[in-house]
Amino acid sequence: MSTGTRTPAARRTLVLSLIAVLLVGGVLASFALGQLPISPAQLVGSVLRAVGVDNAWAPTDPLIEGTIWQVRLPRLALSVLVGALLSVAGVVMQAVFGNPLAEPGIVGVSSGAALGAAAAIAFGAAALGGWTVAAAAFVGGFLATLLVYATARSRGRTEVVTLLLTGIAVNAFASAGLALILFASHSASREQIVFWQLGSLNGSRWSDVLVVVAIGAPATAVALRLARRYDLLALGERTAAHLGVRVERLRVVSIVVVALVTGVAVAFAGIIAFVGLVVPHLIRMLLGPSHGTLLVGSVLGGAALLVWADLVARTAIPGSDLPIGMLTSIIGGPFFFWLIRRNRAKAGGWA
Amino acid sequence: MTIAYRVHGVGHRIVDVEILDGISLEIGYGRVLALVGPNGAGKSTLLGVLAGDTAPTGGSVELDGRPLGDWSPAELARRRGVLLQQNAVAFSFTGRQVVEMGRAPWLGTPSADDDERAIEAALAETDATAFADRPFPTLSGGERARISLARVLAQETPVLLLDEPTAALDLGHQEDVLRIARRLAGRGRAVVAVLHDLSLAAAYADDLVMLDRGRLVADGSPAEVLSAERVEEVYRTPVRILPDPDTGRPVVLPRRTPAEADRTSSGDAQGTR
Repeated sequence: MSTGTRTPAARRTLVLSLIAVLLVGGVLASFALGQLPISPAQLVGSVLRAVGVDNAWAPTDPLIEGTIWQVRLPRLALSVLVGALLSVAGVVMQAVFGNPLAEPGIVGVSSGAALGAAAAIAFGAAALGGWTVAAAAFVGGFLATLLVYATARSRGRTEVVTLLLTGIAVNAFASAGLALILFASHSASREQIVFWQLGSLNGSRWSDVLVVVAIGAPATAVALRLARRYDLLALGERTAAHLGVRVERLRVVSIVVVALVTGVAVAFAGIIAFVGLVVPHLIRMLLGPSHGTLLVGSVLGGAALLVWADLVARTAIPGSDLPIGMLTSIIGGPFFFWLIRRNRAKAGGWA
Repeated sequence: MTIAYRVHGVGHRIVDVEILDGISLEIGYGRVLALVGPNGAGKSTLLGVLAGDTAPTGGSVELDGRPLGDWSPAELARRRGVLLQQNAVAFSFTGRQVVEMGRAPWLGTPSADDDERAIEAALAETDATAFADRPFPTLSGGERARISLARVLAQETPVLLLDEPTAALDLGHQEDVLRIARRLAGRGRAVVAVLHDLSLAAAYADDLVMLDRGRLVADGSPAEVLSAERVEEVYRTPVRILPDPDTGRPVVLPRRTPAEADRTSSGDAQGTR
């Protein structure tokens, strides 16, 4: 190994620590930077006051207080969560398909979820609260996942070409559905739907964060529990079954996990592509393919990536909020190219 | 002889095609059984039935006196190991990690303490230690086959089902695999292997089961099963059966006419493609 005498365990600790530092750095920077600069002292003071310790650092300006608690904190929490969940969705999908190209955005699960969410908004169901949109996004994502799975999987194998072609078909259908809803709906919902297609964490609320945690945390816990079985699945479905894995059940649970985490992420952040592709891939290169480590690394890495991406989205152009989905695609698109080229050079492509 | 498998009247039909028809046999512990027969005879399907992958459409299969369908996947994984023909691994797991996966059925049992020893022993037995730390996808076909066999050995099950374990291997490693099978049988395991090379099967197996178009045509010792007439009828090619000068076991040689062997005289375009 290129790291010399370092053991795999030490390497894992080092890499995970570095990613954690990157995440914490991003979190702190996101607090401080923005239209309204906030000093670290003001932040610490405000947090201390919130837990009941009165102190001199706490900001006296209610605007700063409001920015911290009502704007930056929920947005930050949501970017951490959505980044982590999109990465979890990527890891689980790749494990189930046995293929590093499976990603909710590419195979159409995200757009299926967006279609569900858009339908809920357009038909006024959003008035019933955040859960309704999330539920509709879940249903859309679930149907898309099932469709992709049923089409691209045969005899325990996924053909990459079929997988990508299915993704194209699902994406095309979902965007046509979105266009139809867009065309038929009022201008208010129209604006909201456009936001889904671009992806943004603008206007995040605590109630959103709550829904995302309530659904995302258990789903991630399930994925972590299944990590060892995902390793066995890499041997192929029949061999995994010979080693005691109930493959059919594992598949169904995994598809529900993917649909849940993608649905809930898309419902509140719109379509943010490539996170589920790029993050697990990088972590796999750094830490190897074992799914336990891969999941932990991807949760941290995905959170870090999205925190930094959202910081750039908020601050790159003063006074405007760039769509984060656009940003991740700007990074992810070229990365995807590189992935294809690298694989062609190494193994003659994915025929 | 303790019986591992009792197969009675097993048939398997897909739509209207009989893949297997009326197969009955017993598979004992401490023996190597070779499943032979031409392409499409149903060998892999029968192995799939024994593994519990394929539920037969007729007949019954018992493992250790209990119907195969009553076993849970986890119980079965501690009782029988299976090596398939195709052994691809998604993602860059190292050889050693792949072999480690063979220990998965023992997770949470007292035998899990044995993992390290079982993995090293399996790698040593298949002569795979040297390349065990390389990523599986970068290994050669033969190296992959040996790592995959090591995974099944590390599973340490009383029953081993091997589907063409010698297919990707050179002459020396083919012999090694069958020697391993013999050693395992010597320790009381039941080994079932699908083999194409009849001489190899005859040299190492205690029992030979010959299938043809889904039916069992012969079941017995290599010398009983491998008569020239039977092999010619089943494989539709003329053969000569000779005793091995050292062991006396049958060696199957296809008969070739001098004209066929002499390329220059025939100028056969298909043969020189």
